[in-house]
Amino acid sequence: MKQNKTRRSFLKNISLASMAALTATGCNMKELDEFFQRNFRTLSDKEKEDIIKNLEQKYKQKYNKEFQVSAQPAMEQVEFAYALDLSRCVGCRKCVYACVDENNQSRSPQIHWIQVLQMEKEKGIDFAHSDVHYNPEKVPEKGHFYLPVACQQCRTPQCTTVCPVKATWQEPDGIVVIDYNWCIGCRYCMAACPYGARHFNWGEPEVPEEELNTDVHYLGNRPRVKGVVEKCTFCIQRVRKGKYPSCVEICPVGARKFGNLLDPESEIRYILENKRVLVLKEELNTQPRFYYFFGV
Amino acid sequence: MKLKKIQKGPLPLLVLVLFIFGYGCSSQLSEADNHNPEINNSTEQIAVKTAGITEIAVEAPPLTDGIFPCNDCHSEIEANPERRELVDMHDDITAIFNHDSDNRWCLDCHDLNNRDSLRLASGQLLDFKESYKLCGQCHGLKLRDWKVGVHGKRTGEWNGKKEYLLCVHCHDPHSPKFELLTPEPPPVMQENISYLNRKQKDDETK
Ligand code: SF4
Ligand code: SF4
Repeated sequence: MKQNKTRRSFLKNISLASMAALTATGCNMKELDEFFQRNFRTLSDKEKEDIIKNLEQKYKQKYNKEFQVSAQPAMEQVEFAYALDLSRCVGCRKCVYACVDENNQSRSPQIHWIQVLQMEKEKGIDFAHSDVHYNPEKVPEKGHFYLPVACQQCRTPQCTTVCPVKATWQEPDGIVVIDYNWCIGCRYCMAACPYGARHFNWGEPEVPEEELNTDVHYLGNRPRVKGVVEKCTFCIQRVRKGKYPSCVEICPVGARKFGNLLDPESEIRYILENKRVLVLKEELNTQPRFYYFFGV
Repeated sequence: MKLKKIQKGPLPLLVLVLFIFGYGCSSQLSEADNHNPEINNSTEQIAVKTAGITEIAVEAPPLTDGIFPCNDCHSEIEANPERRELVDMHDDITAIFNHDSDNRWCLDCHDLNNRDSLRLASGQLLDFKESYKLCGQCHGLKLRDWKVGVHGKRTGEWNGKKEYLLCVHCHDPHSPKFELLTPEPPPVMQENISYLNRKQKDDETK
């Protein structure tokens, strides 16, 4: 064999051989299409439609349920923001489990997008001394306050800039999303996020069939698989349809507020203009769209 | 053959890797090399402004079952405006009453002559559905925040129809302080999370 037919042709031949081998083993074309599917942002509307149709079929087979998968884009003139009233939250964790239900988070291994931190009033906001495992008979406990943390939907997110494959990005309405098909599970984003808001599927996620939420968004609560990262999306499947996020609707003390920052009449604008507001770890310049305020 | 086009890129290597992992062929190979992220944000939807939506939909006030209309009983009873502790009737309320109880009693909010009405300090009668106005006499700042959806809870649509709760849906007007709640279970400790799925667990216990 001639010496110049070296690396390149070797690689070419081996790729052809691999193709032949795989056709011979009868690998499923749909799975391959899915494997080679491009980043969600580069897909045309037609391609998205096809992919969604395939997904719905796949979910039907896998979970025995009719899913409605949406790829609804951001509305114009909308920038979402959230505000949480620290003077009201009692630490009941109802939001944690409403979120798990709405967003099909794995029950085992357990994934919680919302972490409610118990803090001492004397120490103020102090992550080092906060407790996420508090478990008294009744809440709120004397001398404590509660600070729920999920994705802060940063305006300058660090998670998206570190992603080596651009599997996560910020949508025009401010929601930071993940393309689970494109995520390679390197977990760089988890290391970059200063709020511990991202969670990795170390195991195959498990959700009881009867508890599956079948109303899903491609970039949000659709079922995930082992090896991908996930996080809060402000309930993208709900808010792009005009509904409040699930945690807003469940909170028994009305501590959670949500709306359109660009709408001067929104609750969120009222809070920013009239209340004492703070963001977490301001010094990092992440510029969160998630605000904490004191309603009293 | 489409593969020719892409020989120069890292793709043949990728294909090799894929081969090793048992994945492989696709008609879309050459497209995978196409790195032009033409971002697709076009949309025709327009957000509905919350401005202009003044509607306040509230649930019916949470009156105790079978107690309303109050006049069913009270029209037969002679009204007694004297401040006193109720013993025979409404003693359940006497038992819990804790709302500036040193200074206030029933008739500061309920009307003496028409028990189906509340009564503002001005003497104006008020339907139970509008009780928030009565609360707002003292709690003006809370009323202001409630009207804009910041105190209390709104459900429904952030850009459309919302439902409000009345003050009395959350706060018992006779004892408005919140009761303590039982918290939902804490997250599993990191070290106790199992990453095996159900099948693997079953296999392990066998
Ligand atoms: S909170 Fe973390 S995950 Fe969310 S946008 Fe900011 S850096 Fe990214
Ligand atoms: S549901 Fe509301 S009160 Fe309970 S922990 Fe969540 S934010 Fe706090």
